[in-house]
Amino acid sequence: MPEFWINMGPQHPMTHGLWNMKVKVDGETIVDAKPEIGYLHRGYEKIMEVREFQKNVVLTDRLCYVSSITWSHAYCLAVEKMMGIETPERGQWIRVISLELQRIASHLMWLASYGPDLGLLTGLLWALRERELFLDLIQLMSGARMNQNFPRVGGVRNDLPENFEAMCRRSIEHFLEKYENEYQAIFQESKVFRMRTEGVGKITVEEAINWGITGPNLRACGVDVDLRRLDPYETYGEIDFEPQVWHDGGAGDSYARFVCRFNELRESCQIVLQALKKMPKTGPYRVKPPRRAEGEGYAKTEDSRGEALFYVIGDGDDRPYRVKIRSPVFCTMAATPTLLRGNKLADVVSILGSVDVCVGEMDK
Amino acid sequence: MSALAKPLPHITGRPVPGVEKEVLAGLKAAFASKLKDAKAVRERLVEIVIDRADLIDVCTYLKNTLGFEHLSCITAVDWKDHFESIYHIENYYNGCMVQVNAQIPYDDPKIASLTGLWHAADYHEREAWDLMGVEYEGHPNLVRILLPEDFKFHPLRKEFAQEVDRQYISRRKLRGGK
Repeated sequence: MPEFWINMGPQHPMTHGLWNMKVKVDGETIVDAKPEIGYLHRGYEKIMEVREFQKNVVLTDRLCYVSSITWSHAYCLAVEKMMGIETPERGQWIRVISLELQRIASHLMWLASYGPDLGLLTGLLWALRERELFLDLIQLMSGARMNQNFPRVGGVRNDLPENFEAMCRRSIEHFLEKYENEYQAIFQESKVFRMRTEGVGKITVEEAINWGITGPNLRACGVDVDLRRLDPYETYGEIDFEPQVWHDGGAGDSYARFVCRFNELRESCQIVLQALKKMPKTGPYRVKPPRRAEGEGYAKTEDSRGEALFYVIGDGDDRPYRVKIRSPVFCTMAATPTLLRGNKLADVVSILGSVDVCVGEMDK
Repeated sequence: MSALAKPLPHITGRPVPGVEKEVLAGLKAAFASKLKDAKAVRERLVEIVIDRADLIDVCTYLKNTLGFEHLSCITAVDWKDHFESIYHIENYYNGCMVQVNAQIPYDDPKIASLTGLWHAADYHEREAWDLMGVEYEGHPNLVRILLPEDFKFHPLRKEFAQEVDRQYISRRKLRGGK
């Protein structure tokens, strides 16, 4: 049968955004693939150069609108490293709590989109229902459901509200009950779901590292790398948690990626509960940053999708001279031809859904 | 140095304290005269400045001898009188990061490509070429990635002007003053 190219995108239910995956098929088998990106390029790195350090947080929020806080936090951390200031302890704990709540919300959004990808519409409804719990918590904390503008250079915008701890516990308890009883049943214990995900989209450890795949996608290959533990930032060093790594052999397929993300939901809940217990009850949560700064600073953090890196250079003005954003999805996208080759056309959705693509941060 | 010379252990996912000094010593021993500047900036971060001609040697040493397997990021910076291509290379075994600043003259923005060592360099170099116009020699497919193919400029260069060079509205003006 002759080989030919098929466009999956830019308008396709699988893409979850605006990008184009060209696949070359021989019958049903994929022989080559070529991602085309850039539809959503907004020139972030350039427009950040004319805005003051703090004003850029509004922009970094919109890099990935389903995990705004993690991106703004990475940016603030890089600027703090450049200025040589450090957040007060309570501010760091508040950041950890906000980051983990955001991670849960982001993973639930991914779950909500991965379900319908495989024909599991219940997954969409349930995951979005539970995501609302965490968005409510974030709203309680920062005032907004999305695009919160919450992290500040030198701390966070405001202290936690009064009854936050009790609210948090109640929501997490409710969520974990659903997680153990309902989510496990429709996803992991469903035979159809496992048939669609197991054994497709495999990648070896060497290739995954060489291609620069990070985060849950790399841990699904059995590599125990979590920047929260490997290069601890904020107060992650004081928290006792276990990065979710796939250990069961036959690693690197869609199912392993699913399990790593899925288990991270529970782990993040534990981190939030632990942080609420360990954090000092009072104290400053923010320091005043200098207006102008010179030098360079970089920060790498464990974003919901992998390693987020900000590299900021200041030339003594109140604006950055150069900002570089390293998006984990951008690097994973480079590896998608390797993931897809040899699989069936129908599995493209199952593979690309499991790597969790967010176009906003990919195209910058 | 003894810990570095032995075959590398499996990834434990935990940082090794004091590793930045070992890495710095290893780099200094191997490339004494070629390093224009080398320092351990903070915990788990080493920064070196090299000339563009030594890039492949340094990176090969980092990857094959010191176990820096993960190329995290490539940044191109326009310093007005010269360019800089900055590589963030990470070691999963001990959590150390090396920042390699390779200097490039302004009138000849070319540097060797790292795609032979890391596949990850592919997209990063295409992006740097697209936005900054630094040419990575030896790259198999150096075409624009984010901007349209017929775009004529490299917008991250400082000579590419924005509408305003400072987005700033004074409070007095907002209140109706001059």
